[in-house]
Amino acid sequence: MLRIEGLRVAVEGKRILDGVDLEIAAGETHAVMGPNGSGKSTLAHVLAGREGYEVEDGRITFMGEDLLAMEPEERAAAGLFLAMQYPVEIPGVSNMYFLRQAINAVRKARGEPEIAAGAFMKMLREKAKLVGVPEELLRRDLNTDFSGGEKKRNEILQLAMLEPRLAILDETDSGLDIDALKAVAGAVNGLRTPERAFLVITHYQRLLEYIVPDRVHVMVRGRIRRSGGRELALELEQRGYEQFAAEAA
Amino acid sequence: MSSTIETLKEHTTGEYKYGFMTAVDEETTPPGLDEEVIRRISARKEEPEWLTEWRLSAYRRWLSMEEPDWQKVTYPPIDYQAISYFAAPRQKERPKSLDDIDPEIRRTYEKLGIPIREQEILAGVAVDYVFDSVSVATTFKNKLAELGIIFCSISEAVRDHPDLVRKYLGSVVPPGDNFFAALNSAVFSDGSFVYVPKGVRCPMELSTYFRINAAGTGQFERTLIIADEGSYVSYLEGCTAPMRDENQLHAAVVELIALDDAEIKYSTVQNWYPGDKEGKGGIYNFVTKRGICRGRRSKISWTQVETGSAITWKYPSCILQGEDSVGEFYSVALTNNFQQADTGTKMIHIGRRTRSRIVAKGIAAGRSDSTYRGLVRIMPGATGARNHTQCDSLLIGDRCGAHTVPYIEVKNRSAKVEHEATTSKISEDQLFYCRSRGFSEEDAVALVVNGFCREVMEELPMEFAVEARKLLGISLEGSVG
Repeated sequence: MLRIEGLRVAVEGKRILDGVDLEIAAGETHAVMGPNGSGKSTLAHVLAGREGYEVEDGRITFMGEDLLAMEPEERAAAGLFLAMQYPVEIPGVSNMYFLRQAINAVRKARGEPEIAAGAFMKMLREKAKLVGVPEELLRRDLNTDFSGGEKKRNEILQLAMLEPRLAILDETDSGLDIDALKAVAGAVNGLRTPERAFLVITHYQRLLEYIVPDRVHVMVRGRIRRSGGRELALELEQRGYEQFAAEAA
Repeated sequence: MSSTIETLKEHTTGEYKYGFMTAVDEETTPPGLDEEVIRRISARKEEPEWLTEWRLSAYRRWLSMEEPDWQKVTYPPIDYQAISYFAAPRQKERPKSLDDIDPEIRRTYEKLGIPIREQEILAGVAVDYVFDSVSVATTFKNKLAELGIIFCSISEAVRDHPDLVRKYLGSVVPPGDNFFAALNSAVFSDGSFVYVPKGVRCPMELSTYFRINAAGTGQFERTLIIADEGSYVSYLEGCTAPMRDENQLHAAVVELIALDDAEIKYSTVQNWYPGDKEGKGGIYNFVTKRGICRGRRSKISWTQVETGSAITWKYPSCILQGEDSVGEFYSVALTNNFQQADTGTKMIHIGRRTRSRIVAKGIAAGRSDSTYRGLVRIMPGATGARNHTQCDSLLIGDRCGAHTVPYIEVKNRSAKVEHEATTSKISEDQLFYCRSRGFSEEDAVALVVNGFCREVMEELPMEFAVEARKLLGISLEGSVG
């Protein structure tokens, strides 16, 4: 589904990703772990198409298409979703209205008809319940004065509503207490299907106790230094990133 | 709900949608202004002697007045002798029924999306159609008459209800009030007249649609709305004009009068031709709008969405004379390309415990310039008066300007006046967030802007709110990227 080959990315002349290779198949959940500044979030942003990143080398294909040639909205329409670390506040736009417009924008890009109001409400109620987003939050302005936990949970609601092929979770666990973490992880697990892939980006192994990955990748200084199964995360927990940093040096 | 997005897609060329011309035989007075022209306009309209004299006295005042120059807009000098002051489709007499209207004019309004019909889309709205200098049709007149509501063109009102017109015309905006009001008083051609009798709640929205069609003309309409004791009326105006390279002048006067316990809600969606991307052409919209809450517990509420015109100069105001009367002003002013807007309000508190609320949202894109200018004046007798003002500016890009110029004069120590102001830019973060959810860049901008304006949009009647949302999207085309 996703194939990243030799990706080199710089920000303002400074190289952040230094040859990333990664392949994710449908139905798989991968975790990318790494210390602060290792390039994890840069990878997430480059995948979603954020401006300000210079791709110096490498290629990314998503569903057989050249992802780097696509605008962010085209990537969304192709089925890529990024749950952000810092969801943005949009005052005056209700959460519910935003969701419906987003779904219709994606549908339109795919040449599908708009979702009917009734069908939308039904779907929204179901998914909100699944993700644990209260009705009241749906009527409020998007992310405006939401708590940290509410914002993260709302990102997962968007994920549930937009039904992407590949969902990237960028440090979704940061700033969450253990109860909120469990709830968000539970919601994500409920969205795992044989067709859908996840890329979970995290600093801590804690999240992976609840969202159990098929593969774990350790990123240090802009490159994946080691890949393994779930046990790699546990090893990291015990030994820290230092050994990889030493290897990279 | 998806209207903004759809409309943006439909209009990817960024062209002004209403810029077509109607090929209709029009009678136009030659350019120029003197007493003879005014007499001719008055005679053409078969006006009574007092009104002809009223016009002439306004004209004489105007001759001695200076064009204002304190506003933050620039434009080359206007040659008032180069303008034609009267243009009207040629017709023998006003059509007896809606079916007798010139098919070309009929088609014009169809294209503008407001067909001249008493049915379907506009079932809840009675419309007065003003084409250049004259009213060409008014719908639902008879139905309203059953309730004693008068809704007609001001020319008809002069003929059929002279006492009301004579009593109130110029009572809120006197002929010598300002340069453009004086000019309007001298040459005004048509406009709408509304009278709602005591205790009547007008069951439908009343609306006037202003269309400038002829070249080289100005439009000088006059609107007069009187809400008698305990009555209520909601009135809407919309306006468009063809695309032309030369600038055209629109200098209207609107007067509202609310007696005891009466309420007038006045909404405007202003979409005059704004000029092209290089700033060529467009309407100069120099308008005086003022309402007086003459009665106790009366209320006047102005809501405006201003997206059109090359230059906007207007300050819909409330004189709060009656005790416990309320004035409100909700405004969205959006400028793009080379547009300039200097707009705001005046709240004059005279009566005790009078209250006013101002919510002004300015959005500037391209190389445009947007100024909010507002006056809150508390007179010595206005014990316990209150005002709250909220002014927010949103900038798109880095070549536009937004300015806030509040004037506050308080002459009564018990008054409470609050002013809040913010300026912000649409952030990259907001745009990326929306785009990553599937919105195009333009849709993302329209979404953020609509959110920014929501407080004001919610004040518009339903039908207009949908239109206004679309309009904001269209007007912002090409403002990013």
